[in-house]
Amino acid sequence: MLLKIALKNLLGARLRTFLNVLVTAFSFFLILFMSAMYDGMLQHAKQVTMDTEIAGGAYWHPEYDPLDPMTFEEAHSVPPSAIQALIDGNKAFPVLVSQASIYPGGRIMPTIMKGIPPAQRIVNMPTDALLGHEDIAIPVLIGKGMASESKLEVGDAFTIRWLDTDLTYDADEGTVVHIMDTENFKLDMGHIWIPLNKVQSMLAMEGEATYVTYGKGVQPVQDMGDWIPRDINYLVQDMEAIIEADKPGAQILYLILLAMAAMGIFNAQVLSIFRRGREIGTLMAIGMTRPRVVGLFTLEGGLNAVLSAAVTLIIFGPILWYFGAYGIPLPIDYSEMGLIIAKRLIPVYTIGLVVSTTILVSIIVLIVSYIPSRRIAKMKPTDALRGKVMA
Amino acid sequence: MEKDTVIRIKGLLKQFPIGGQFFTALKNIDLDLNEGEFTGLVGPSGSGKTTLLNIIGGLDSPTEGQVSVLGQALNDTSHAERARLRRKHMGFIFQSYNLLPVYTVFENVELPLILNKVDKNERRSMVEQAVESVGLGDKMDSRPNMLSGGECQRTAIARAIVHQPALVLADEPTANLDAENSHHIMKILSNLNKELSTSFIFATHDEKIMAYLRRIIHLGDGEITKDEIIDNPKAHD
Repeated sequence: MLLKIALKNLLGARLRTFLNVLVTAFSFFLILFMSAMYDGMLQHAKQVTMDTEIAGGAYWHPEYDPLDPMTFEEAHSVPPSAIQALIDGNKAFPVLVSQASIYPGGRIMPTIMKGIPPAQRIVNMPTDALLGHEDIAIPVLIGKGMASESKLEVGDAFTIRWLDTDLTYDADEGTVVHIMDTENFKLDMGHIWIPLNKVQSMLAMEGEATYVTYGKGVQPVQDMGDWIPRDINYLVQDMEAIIEADKPGAQILYLILLAMAAMGIFNAQVLSIFRRGREIGTLMAIGMTRPRVVGLFTLEGGLNAVLSAAVTLIIFGPILWYFGAYGIPLPIDYSEMGLIIAKRLIPVYTIGLVVSTTILVSIIVLIVSYIPSRRIAKMKPTDALRGKVMA
Repeated sequence: MEKDTVIRIKGLLKQFPIGGQFFTALKNIDLDLNEGEFTGLVGPSGSGKTTLLNIIGGLDSPTEGQVSVLGQALNDTSHAERARLRRKHMGFIFQSYNLLPVYTVFENVELPLILNKVDKNERRSMVEQAVESVGLGDKMDSRPNMLSGGECQRTAIARAIVHQPALVLADEPTANLDAENSHHIMKILSNLNKELSTSFIFATHDEKIMAYLRRIIHLGDGEITKDEIIDNPKAHD
């Protein structure tokens, strides 16, 4: 019975209902969109890291610590035979890492020099740009961020200085052969990429590597000597830690949006109850009990949420779909800030997000509908009939 | 209680707290009203007519005294029981109609039946009968904002009588109406009173209404000053 009356009230109120529902639907849309956008950013960052850097996982030289460049001097050897077999079978590729200094325009810049097989196809890097430069002493691939920082362009030559295996400083001229546009700042900032055989020759570390990255789906090898296997879970743990550390921020954003939705509904409910005092009195006069009137107004608020969900789907659904399919272009490059953020942000709408948002918004709508409606229970029917505003 | 006594009031006192003091709205009210009466509570503004009507309707509680309506002592009943009494056995007509603005005439009249959980088909026929009886058969789908004052009040009457209550309480039902509409409304109510044996109590100071009343209870300063039976109301002639 209450449902029938509540529905009649809502549908009968037309413009008032439409505005209430629209405000709630807009908040609903914002919550979904912002949360999905946030999830999308995080998923994208993880995906980019896996595509361009991690692939299926890696084997590390036991001395290698990517966060401590001082370990690079010792972190190199010929990979164990089982790992080498993966390399030979094109299921993995070796990377030799060393500290170096470059002198673009006469300025010194400490860098990490990495040797990579130009023909590798395991990670999404334009390493084939390093192929076919026999006339160049050291062909170098850098990222856009590095190019911008060092003010280097394709064709520019600069001095590279490094410490070889005998702890002897050596130097030669490198030439930028390609500037890659990567979203993974870890491949870009402070890095120079050189053909592996060239780096091995420069460092006098023939056949050696610091780590070996293997492709997705490659089965782990059993006999890896003292090299350490690093699976995807290990390699993305930094990213996950960043995501985890960012969660409170996301939750605050989520709460702010929810609060906005709740305030809109609360405001609409309070206004509705204040304005409908005479109606409340009339309902009481014709025999509706106070708890039922409270229930009616709460139910109206709840139905608001249901209608809002439907309106969100109908009006904002295509917008959500469009952004989900085509993303939103970003005006600036965040990689210079050390962030892996796509050039186009693509929101990710998970079932969990939609269901949890729907449930949460519905519960909040019910609560904020109920709180002002409780005042009805304290109203005297005679006051309500006079349209007397409650204190 | 006698079979035909609809309302019995003994020693009623009603006071309202105002600024730490008490304002006495009604005092020393003793009153019996019988089934089928067409009674008016008459008096100037502030004489306590509406307060008495509200107490009879269970919308307000007496400070002292006994009020029994349709065999039920209101002093001993809960809010819910009083709501049930109103829902089943009473109808209300207000000065400003109090129609729900988002409902059509049909829906406004239907509301008491929905609250009484009357079956849908039965509801439709009862609503149509009530609306026809007040001459608004062609306005079923109109909303209150599309109706004149007289039509609104006739809708309110239909709503008050649709569930065939034993008692209808009308608070200044013609105050917002012109003379022609007032007479029209009173004729409708008078006919319903005869047809349905429903008891009507009016709170009014409208001379036009008084012409139809068969009993007039005069109130002054919260007390009954005169209780007169009109054997041959003028308007019935």
